[in-house]
Formats: sequence, C-alpha cells, structure tokens
Amino acid sequence: MSACLEINNLSAVLANGQRVLRSVSLAVQPGEVRALVGESGAGKTMIGKAVLGVLPSSVRVVEGDMKLEGEDLGRLQPKARRTLIGARTALIPQDPLTALNPSRRIGPQMTDRLVRILGWSGDKADRRIRQLLDEVQIRDPDRVLRSYPHELSGGMRQRVLIAAAFAAEPRLIVADEPTTALDVTVQKQILLLIAELQREHGTAILFVTHDLGVVAKISQKVSVLYAGKVVEEADTTALFTAPQHPYTRALMAATPRYTDPLASLKPVDETVLRGLAAEIATADQAWRRPHG
Amino acid sequence: MDDARIIRRRLSPRLWLAGGWLLLALLAAIFAPLIAPQDPLAQDLMLERLPPFWLDGAEPGYWLGTDSLGRDLFSRLIFGGRIAFIVAFAAAIAACLVGSTLGLIAGYFGGWADRIISRIVDIWMAFPPVLFAILLVAVLGTGLSSVILAIAIIDWTRFCRVIRAEAMGQSRMDYVENARIAGYGRIGIMLREVLPNVLPSIVALLSLEMGIAVIVEAILSFVNLSISTDDPTWGGIIAEGRLSIHQAWWVLVFPLITLILTVLSFSQFGEALKARFDPVLR
Repeated sequence: MSACLEINNLSAVLANGQRVLRSVSLAVQPGEVRALVGESGAGKTMIGKAVLGVLPSSVRVVEGDMKLEGEDLGRLQPKARRTLIGARTALIPQDPLTALNPSRRIGPQMTDRLVRILGWSGDKADRRIRQLLDEVQIRDPDRVLRSYPHELSGGMRQRVLIAAAFAAEPRLIVADEPTTALDVTVQKQILLLIAELQREHGTAILFVTHDLGVVAKISQKVSVLYAGKVVEEADTTALFTAPQHPYTRALMAATPRYTDPLASLKPVDETVLRGLAAEIATADQAWRRPHG
Repeated sequence: MDDARIIRRRLSPRLWLAGGWLLLALLAAIFAPLIAPQDPLAQDLMLERLPPFWLDGAEPGYWLGTDSLGRDLFSRLIFGGRIAFIVAFAAAIAACLVGSTLGLIAGYFGGWADRIISRIVDIWMAFPPVLFAILLVAVLGTGLSSVILAIAIIDWTRFCRVIRAEAMGQSRMDYVENARIAGYGRIGIMLREVLPNVLPSIVALLSLEMGIAVIVEAILSFVNLSISTDDPTWGGIIAEGRLSIHQAWWVLVFPLITLILTVLSFSQFGEALKARFDPVLR
C-alpha cells in the first residue's frame, strides 16, 4: 500500500538562492499522525504549504517530488493538481481569526466547498456539516451556521475550521500549529478534539508544531526540523525515550516543566548550535556541487 | 431584523442627516417641473434682483429671490440639481466600475498585472485633475455626456488605488489561501472571497465620488465648459451670482450652500454606510 503522503528529497530556495528546505524526505502513512517539530523559521509551515500547493511566490521548489496517495504532484497539470489537492487534503490553520471569510456566514462558507468543489447536493452538504459540528461538540449549530465569523470566539472558530477540514473526508490534513493562537484553556480541548476526529475518521495528519508536549500527545511519528533540514526522524515513543540527535535532546531539555518553570527554561546549548551549523554547511556543500 | 451583518448601534445622526438632505435634493430634482414655482428660464426684467422672502421687497412665489435677469433662483436651483445628480450618478458609477475592477485585479493577482495597472495610475495622477477635466471637455466638446466621461476618465484612479490596497490586504488572509487549497479558481476567489470584503470601501468611495463629481461639474459649468444649453447648473448660477454679488448676494450664496451641503452629505453618507455595513469595523 502506498503512503498517503511521500516527500522525497524536497529542496526549495528563496529568490536570493538561500535554501529554505534542505532535501527533506518524509512519509505519512494512511491514518497516521506525523508531527513536524522545530523552532520558528525551521521550515515546518513551508513543508505544509508545499504539500498543499500554496507556497509563496518568493519560494521556489528546485528539487524533489511529492506524492499524494501515489500521484506525483509535480507531474500533474496545475488544474489537475489543484483538483487532487482540493479533494484529498484539507488545512487546519494556525490562526482561526483570519481563516474564515469575515463577510460570509459560517453556514454557506462551510457547505459551499462541498457543493461547488465536490458536487454534493445542498441538502447532503448541510446534513454533513451539521453532523461534523456535532462531532466538534458545537451544541447550537443553527446559531453558529447563521453567524458571521466575528460573532464567534476563537475556540469556536477553530472548531468550525476543524469540522470544515474533516467534512469532505480528506485523506490527509495539514494541521499548522492549530492551537498556537488559542487561549491556553482552550488549547487542550481543541487538541483532544483533533485527536478524536482523527481516530474516528482515520485521517492522516501532518501536524506542524513547536510544542513537544503536543507531539507526545497526538503523534505516532515525529520529524525534527532545523533550518529546513530533517535532523531526526523516529517513532514518537522512541524519540521521547531515546532521542538520538543532540538538538532533539536540547529541545527536550528546553521544554518548561510545571515543577519549576523558570529554572527549567534552558536555551539550546551553544555547542549544539555550532554542531548544527556545521552539519548544515556540509550538507549545503554536498548539495551545491552537482547543482552549481 | 435578524441580519447580523448590520451592526445595531444608536441611529447614526450623520447617516440620517446626510441621507435626508440627499433624498430631499434628489426628489426636488426629479420632480422639478412639478415643484418649481416658476419657469427657470423665464426672464422678467420687471422682477430683477428680488431679495429672498424674508427681506423687504420680496415677491410671493419667488422664495429665494431672482437674479439680475429676473429668473427665479429657487426654480433654477432645483432644475440645476437635475444636471448635478445625473452627472454625480453616471460619472461616479462609471469611474467606480473601471477603477474597482482594475484595483481588484491589481491587488489580488499582483505581479505583472499589478505593475502595469499601478504604473498607469501613477501616470494618470501626475495630471492636475481640474486642468485635465477642462482639457478633456475642450477636446470632447461640451455637453452632458462629455462632462460625465471626463469625470470618469479622471477619477477612476481614486477607486483603483484604494481597492488595490484593500484587495491586496485581503488576499494575504488565510481564508483566501484556504479557498485556494479547496480548489477554487482564481477568478472565483477574487469575486467570491475578496470582493465582498472590499465592498464596504467601494460603497463609501462611490458616495464620496458622487460628491466630487458634483464639484467638478460645478467647476466646469462655472468656467462655461459644462453643458452648452441654457439649462441652469449650480456652477453656472454661481458664476452669474459672482457678477452681481454687491447687488444680489443671494444669487451666489444659495447655490453655494446647496453645493456644499450636497457634497458634504455625499461624503458623510458614504462613511456612515461603510461603518454600518462593515462586519468587523476594520
């Protein structure tokens, strides 16, 4: 059986030639949650955008391929690629405040996609959306469907977006730090909700986060990213019991603990960073030689 | 009303005052032949420079007095309103259609489309607008449609600039990216996702532009470059009033007040509408 998502050797550069993704390879099996963890600017979001075909125009993919359920995205015509991505994937965005169109009611916004893109009937789409709203524990669907986004709280909006993401039964969902913009008290509920829907629907998720606590709770596999390079890849349990790369170990040490939050805040060690820089430099040299 | 999009607040006085004046002026213009107490073109040298009704020497039926040819000022004002409103609506809508479309395209698509459209706007705006209008009318010839065309040709850039900036901001929002992921086409996203969010600005600008069109039309008729017939225009009355300011100040003052109130009302009405219909009050 082919992987749900397979990324091979993906490299991307900015207009000035700087590499932002360094030969990234990873796979997400059907029904599996793969966490993509790293600090800001490590390229986690960039990978998600590359998969969904919405890279900013300043970023250019120069090498590698991506396969969505065995279909090579790079070989498809743009239109066919859009259709495939639209039908098989969905995004749970980072910021629920800007991810909903402020001038349209929630209901039409959610059903529109099912009706226009997937060709469902209005009734079927409506039933489906209500079912999903129930699954994300929205108790008054009538009010929510009639609301404009600004009338809902951040947590409610994220629930709506989660429901919308699962509604079309995608095979792969990219969750781009879905809890970061939320209140701490809501974060856990949302995370549990995503985990629950993921189990029930058997959807594969590429879960982008910088929070190792979230990684431990939700994922089966982890890729640790630094400066656009996968520095370690492992089963989640294996990673937490025996991290191999010094950077992974340093990240874990840097995670605050409830017992003594301030003392436990340790920045990543200098020697680790120097080691990483050297590693990246060698990789870049090796990459540049054949690529000029 | 259960439309949540209309944010309920205290009734905004500026919306009602501005809207009220515009409605009044518009109705007066539409029904001018029924309302006007006198023929606006009828001259009567026996009745020249009659003062408005509260001054000594006023004649009943000539409420705002007469000009130096004995024509009834009030009748001339409401007939002048016809030209003013026709120009305001036609020119503003034409400028809006052209400017908003180009602005939306430039803002949403960016890249080459944006570069080309923005350069054209830059070049356009290098011309001083009033001189440009006079030049255009001189070339196109006087007449109602030339005035409308001239104003539309000059002022579409106002829409283009603002709508481009707004569309650009909206296009960077995640909901636009989401629509892209879902598989919507570019044009569809532009019309369905971006356009509704810049619509409040378009409405506000449209109303503002109507006011500007009224002024430009008044300027053109002040210098006798507007319509070429004898029909009264506000600018034309002001020009005549200027000549007899020492003998009959009312011929200058009343059309000026009418003009100012109308232009002010258009801009305030637009702003108030925008505030009322903007779902998030950016």
